[in-house]
Amino acid sequence: MNTRLLPLYATLLICIVAYAVCVFQFPMMFSTRVAGNLLTDNAFLGIAAVGMTFVILSGGIDLSVGSMIAFTGVLLAVLITHYGIHPLVAFAIALLITTTFGAVMGAIIHYLEVPAFIVTLAGMFLARGMCFVMTTDSIPINHEFYSYLQGSYYLLPGGGRLTFIGCLMLIVFAVGIVLAHFSKFGSYIYAVGGNRTSAELMGVPVAKTTIGIYALSGFLSGLAGIVFSLYTSAGYSLAAVGVELDTIAAVVIGGTLLTGGVGYVAGTFIGVVIQGIIQTYIVFDGTLSSWWTKIVVGVLLFSFIALQRVLVLLSSKRTMAFRSR
Amino acid sequence: MTDNPSLLAVENINKSFIGFKALDSVDFTVRGGEIHALLGENGAGKSTLIKVLTGVHQPDSGLIKIDGQAVNVRDTQHAQNLGIGTVYQEVNLLPNMSVADNLFIGRQPMRFGFVNRKLMEQNARKLLAQYDLHLDVASDLSRYSVAVQQLVAIARAVDMSGRVLILDEPTASLDRHETEILFAILRQLRARGFGIVFITHFLDQVYEICDRVTVLRNGKLAGSALTAELPKIELVSLMLGRTLAVATHDTHRDRPAPEIRQFSFKGVGRSRSIAPFDLDIGEGEVVGIAGLLGSGRTETAKVLFGIDAADTGQIHIDGNPVLIRTPQEAISYGFGLCPEDRKSDGIIGDLSVRENICLALQAHMGWFDRLSTKQQVILADKFVKAFDIRTTDIEKPVKFLSGGNQQKVILARWLATNPRLLILDEPTRGIDVGAHAEIIALINQLCDDGMALLVISSEIDEIVAYSSRVVVLRDRSHCGELSGEDIIPSNIMRMIAAEPEGVSA
Repeated sequence: MNTRLLPLYATLLICIVAYAVCVFQFPMMFSTRVAGNLLTDNAFLGIAAVGMTFVILSGGIDLSVGSMIAFTGVLLAVLITHYGIHPLVAFAIALLITTTFGAVMGAIIHYLEVPAFIVTLAGMFLARGMCFVMTTDSIPINHEFYSYLQGSYYLLPGGGRLTFIGCLMLIVFAVGIVLAHFSKFGSYIYAVGGNRTSAELMGVPVAKTTIGIYALSGFLSGLAGIVFSLYTSAGYSLAAVGVELDTIAAVVIGGTLLTGGVGYVAGTFIGVVIQGIIQTYIVFDGTLSSWWTKIVVGVLLFSFIALQRVLVLLSSKRTMAFRSR
Repeated sequence: MTDNPSLLAVENINKSFIGFKALDSVDFTVRGGEIHALLGENGAGKSTLIKVLTGVHQPDSGLIKIDGQAVNVRDTQHAQNLGIGTVYQEVNLLPNMSVADNLFIGRQPMRFGFVNRKLMEQNARKLLAQYDLHLDVASDLSRYSVAVQQLVAIARAVDMSGRVLILDEPTASLDRHETEILFAILRQLRARGFGIVFITHFLDQVYEICDRVTVLRNGKLAGSALTAELPKIELVSLMLGRTLAVATHDTHRDRPAPEIRQFSFKGVGRSRSIAPFDLDIGEGEVVGIAGLLGSGRTETAKVLFGIDAADTGQIHIDGNPVLIRTPQEAISYGFGLCPEDRKSDGIIGDLSVRENICLALQAHMGWFDRLSTKQQVILADKFVKAFDIRTTDIEKPVKFLSGGNQQKVILARWLATNPRLLILDEPTRGIDVGAHAEIIALINQLCDDGMALLVISSEIDEIVAYSSRVVVLRDRSHCGELSGEDIIPSNIMRMIAAEPEGVSA
C-alpha cells in the first residue's frame, strides 16, 4: 500500500469518527442544515486553504493570507460604500491587487532567494498596515448586489441551504484538485516541492512556477476576502487575524507534508471540515468555550506531524533495506 | 571509431572561481559512438567541466562546439535542447513523484489542456522496455532502488537529448550486477551512435568499457589517449602527476627510523569503509598515504581519528591499549586532523585568524576555562610569525586569506594543542605552488621537532619528498608499504596500478 496516502486515510477516518461521535451525542447534527451551515461558515477558510495547500506542496509558506483577507474586506467596503463602485468592479480590482501582491512576493522569494517565511511575514504586516491606512473603522456594506448574493442559495433536501459562498468553496476545491493532479503547473508544484535543484536540472521552469504559486495564493486570499466580506457584510481592519495559521492547520491535518512535495487538495477539504465539525459541536454543546476548537486542532496537529514523521522514517528505512540487498 | 566526427568539443575553456582557476585552457572532444572516460582526482576540474557543458556555469572564455558549430549553452534546459543529457552523481530526480512523471516532467503529453496520464504512462512503459526495465510507472520513484533510479535518469536523459550523454560517477553506488546492467545499456547506446562521457574513479571500469580517456589535473588537461594504447601505469601517472614545481628533494628517507613506534594500530578497520590494516607510527616520522581517489585514503584518516569509529582491531599508544570511538577521545590522546575539504570541514570562514587558531585549544580546555583575549593574541601572533601566515591583521576573517594561508591556519589550530600525532588529509590541495613548498617544509620541520605525522596526498612527488615510509592503498585496503630507498614515484605508481614489479613504467 502506498504510505503516501496513509495520512489522507487517517484524516478521513478521524473526520468520520468525529462526525459519528457528534451525531451520537446530538442527533440533530445529522442534517443537511448543519452541513450547509458548515460549508458557509468555513467558505473563506477553505478557499484560502486551497491556496495554502499549493504553497506548502511547493515547500513554502504564506503568512500573508489573513491580512490579505482583511485587506480585501476593507478595500471592498471603501470602494463600494465610500466610492459607490459596483461590487463586481470592486471584486475585480481586489483580485487584481491581491494576485499582483502574491506574484511580487513569489518573485522576491525566487530571485532574491529570501525564505518564504520572511517575505510573506513582511507581506502580512504590509497588508495589515494598508488596511489601517484606508480606514480604522468597521465599514458596513449595504448594496443590493450583496443582498442578492447573500440571499441566493440552493435548497438541499432536508432544509439545508447551499449558499453562494459555500458553493464557491466547493468549486474552488474542485478546480484545485484538477489543477494539482491534471495540469502541468500542478506537476511543477510537486516537482519544486520534491527537490528544487532536481526540478531545475530536469528543466522545470522553477521561477515561473514559484511566482505562479504565490500569485495563486494571493488570488485565492483575495477571493476568500470577498467571501468573508459577503459573509460579514463589512470591512474591518482587524478581521481574520491568524486565519493563515488556521489554513496551515487545515492543510497539515489534511495530510500534506510541511516539507513539501507530498499531499492532496482533497485532504485539505477534510481538514477544513474537521475544524468545522469541532466548532459546530461546541455550538451544539453550548457550555464549552470556543477555544476548545483551538485545543483540539492543536492536538490533531501534533499527532499528524508525529504520524508523518514516523511514516517518512519508515519509508526511508524501507528504501535503505532495498538498496542494501 | 576514431574516425567518427566530433560530436561535442570544447576548446580552450577557462573558468575561475574566487581565488582559484577551476579550468585552465582545457580541450575536450567527444565523438559519436564512443564512450569517453573523464578522469581526475578531487578538485581536478571534472565537475566544473561538466557544469560548463550543461550550462550550469558559463565559461570565462573558450568555445563549446556541437557538430563543429560554436554554441553558447545558456542553461540546463538549453543544453538538453542542444542534445546534451546529463545524469548527475547524486541521482537528480524527484522521489516524491511517479516514475512516469520523472520521465516526462516538463514535456507531458497533453489533451484538452490537461496532462494525459494514460498516454504518459503508456509511453513510460514503452521507453523503459527498451532497457528491459518493467516497472509500475504509476508508483513513486522512491520505491525503487538507487540503481533503478539511475537507469530511469539515463532513460530520461537519452530520450530528451539523443546525442551526448554525460554520466557523473554512475557506478559509485551500484553493486557489480547493477553495474553490468548499466554497462550493457551503455554499449547499446554506443552502438546507436551516442557520444558518452563517463566519469568514474574505478580504473578497471575505464578499461572495461571506455574507448578513450581524458585526464584532468589541477584544472589542466593532463592528457588524452585511446584506452587500448594507454597502459594502466601511464594512466595512473597522468592522474597523479609528476610536476612538483619547487625542488624539495632534500628528502628525509635517510632519517633514522625511530626505535619505538609509539602509535600502533593492529587490524583496525571498518566494514564498508576500509579493510583492516596494521599501521605503526613513531614520533619523528612521516608516514605518507598514497592511492587514488576512492581507494580508502580519507576513510583511513576517519577511522584513525574516530570520526567513523573502527569496528575491528586494537589501538596501542605508548604500549597501553586505548579505545578511540569519537574525535574527542582521539584529541584527548594527542591526535589532530586537518581534513581534506578545507572549506566545509576545516576553517570557519567568518571567524578571524585569531579565533580559528584558538578554536581547538579552547575546545581542549573546556567550557569554563576561557582563553583570555590577551592569551589568544599572543598565541595567534606566535603562529602567524612562525608559519609566515600572510594576513594584514590577525582579526581578519579567514575566508579572505588565500588557500595556502588558510591551510596554515588550520595547521596552527592543531599545533596550538601540542598534538603528538597529526593526520593531514591532502594538505596541499588547491593552494599555489609557492605555498605548496612552504607546507612541505613545515611538515618536515614538525617531523624534525619530534611529532608523528600521517600525510595523505594524491601528489606522488610530494609524498616522496617528505615520507619516511609510504603506505599504498588500493580498493579500500592497504596493499603495500615502502620505506627507505624504495620510496620512488615509479614504485608507488606500480603498486597503485597493481602491476608486478619489473614491468617498466
